[in-house]
Amino acid sequence: MNTVLQFNSMTEKKINWSETLLTGLTLFFTVVPFLTVILILIQVLVQGLPAISWTFLSAAPRDGMMHGGIFPCIFGTVFVTLIMIVMALPMGIGAGIYLVEYAGQGPIVRVIRAAVNNLAGVPSIVFGLFGVGFFILFVGRSIDTVLKTGLLFGQPCMLWAAATLAVLVLPIIIVSTEEALNAVPQSHRQASLALGATKWETILNVVLPQARGGILTGAILSISRGVGETAPILFTGAAYFLPHLPAADLFGVIPMVNPASQFMSLSYHIFVMATQSIDPVKTLPIQYGTTLVLIALTFLMNFTAIGFRIHFRRQQEKFSH
Amino acid sequence: MREQTAALSEVKIQSKISEQETLLNPTSVLVETKDLSVHYGTNLALDQVNIQVREKTVMALIGPSGCGKSTCLRTLNRMNDMIPGIKISGRVEIHGLDIYAPNVNAVNLRRVVGMVFQKQNPFPKSIFDNVAYGPRLNGLKNRQQLAEIVEVSLTRAALWDEVKDRLDKSAMALSGGQQQRLCIARCLAVNPEIILMDEPCSALDPIATAKIEELIYQLKKDFTIIIVTHNMQQAARVSDDTAFFYMGKLIEVDETRKIFMSPSNKQTEEYITGRFG
Ligand SMILES: Nc1ncnc2c1ncn2[C@@H]1O[C@H](COP(=O)(O)OP(=O)(O)OP(=O)(O)O)[C@@H](O)[C@H]1O
Ligand SMILES: [Mg+2]
Repeated sequence: MNTVLQFNSMTEKKINWSETLLTGLTLFFTVVPFLTVILILIQVLVQGLPAISWTFLSAAPRDGMMHGGIFPCIFGTVFVTLIMIVMALPMGIGAGIYLVEYAGQGPIVRVIRAAVNNLAGVPSIVFGLFGVGFFILFVGRSIDTVLKTGLLFGQPCMLWAAATLAVLVLPIIIVSTEEALNAVPQSHRQASLALGATKWETILNVVLPQARGGILTGAILSISRGVGETAPILFTGAAYFLPHLPAADLFGVIPMVNPASQFMSLSYHIFVMATQSIDPVKTLPIQYGTTLVLIALTFLMNFTAIGFRIHFRRQQEKFSH
Repeated sequence: MREQTAALSEVKIQSKISEQETLLNPTSVLVETKDLSVHYGTNLALDQVNIQVREKTVMALIGPSGCGKSTCLRTLNRMNDMIPGIKISGRVEIHGLDIYAPNVNAVNLRRVVGMVFQKQNPFPKSIFDNVAYGPRLNGLKNRQQLAEIVEVSLTRAALWDEVKDRLDKSAMALSGGQQQRLCIARCLAVNPEIILMDEPCSALDPIATAKIEELIYQLKKDFTIIIVTHNMQQAARVSDDTAFFYMGKLIEVDETRKIFMSPSNKQTEEYITGRFG
């Protein structure tokens, strides 16, 4: 009797309106951002694809930047990001290792942790101004004074732009390093120490090999962040227009990037085309084309990161059933 | 670095001396604690413990949960050093050498005093790399020599026949009992004199446990073993001496036979017969 009653109440069709409404709302809020991204992508793809050609990718801008290509921008973005990661990676990994493996839980360390987390929330334009004040005016000018190089380091250039970007992405690398290290079981560290390994040997041989997937993912995510940033490089090294590549021949023979030169960059180029060109409407195809290249570059980075993560997880699984 | 080597060689030299002593006196004391007390912050975990472990014997540490067995064990290879707020007083002597003396390097000490943990903890590396880990730390690179050490260690740990065809496979694919024997092999590869075991069978089934116990019996010929266990039968089966701890105090220590047949302390008797703990 009882069960029959329960069964009846189960099959009874009673619509709970507030429940349905709330479910619908949350679904709506999930779909809206997704659709927005899709729409933006479609817009960029449709408008940008016609602008893409071999010339566009391989030539420099000409005719007051109304025609030609964006090769110097690609070149500049790629190399400034490369220099950025070379600077940020050792520092970020080092800081992450210190915070997890050595620092413990003292009050100073807690302040450092909070600072790192807050750093991630600082607007990027602030980093740009910091770059001017610290790297160019303080560090650069000081080097010039000491080395008597006139005005060589104390002005905007690729090196300082990369350094500013490095500070910007530092929290990403530190936090992802911390997470990756924390994921390594304490028992593995104990086993290593008990076998007569020093702390550093333990980190090197047991902890880092397990953490490298997470650290690499963080590195690539920070590269993809660095690729897209405009504000930090605005005053620290990005050029409106540069007729030559920021390259030099080392000892007159070995071609290399010249970090003491200014550079053109994709993100800044879009900004310039949209706000400061002679005719912003006529350059619209260039803007869309540049945006498409920039987005493609960012996506490439993110997919590489995902690929790495999958690769390392597989490798980890192979050794940890 | 030179200081470390000096400290290590001191231990080795001492061990040479004791080898000769052993010939004359087969039950010479290898490990001795003198008024050993340990505080975690203000919490007293070990209270003036005096214990002697004879060479090439098995000492079992028993007692109810939280009585300080693990704490005592981990002072012997200084694995407690890193715990913040810990205070260790008294002496721990190995071959008569105070291991807490300023010139003793804890890293080198741990090559003489190996440890096997409660939960088997192989590295997510191949079986070979797990066993070769310690020797490689000591700078051994020669593949041939490493292979020899790996084979000898795995054989001693009664695991060689089960894994010899898959040395390059992950250690994580082994069963729990095999993993624990691998951890023992990994410990043996460093060639320690003393092996500390903290409830090495508590995560294993009865068959795997029996294998480890058999192994302990074999290892006793070459090593001095100190084992923490909650299993009274196990203590009775594998150990020569037994120490009973209660609330940080060493209540009674004697030959296992005597502890189990005729304990002189009432608390010991109550614990062994299962009336508390
Ligand atoms: N890292 C630590 N920090 C603070 N107190 C600790 C720490 N480790 C152990 N203690 C305390 O020291 C006392 C002894 O602990 P210990 O781990 O040595 O006991 P045990 O005999 O091994 O117990 P069990 O049988 O449960 O493993 C306990 O009161 C415990 O709470
Ligand atoms: Mg314990």
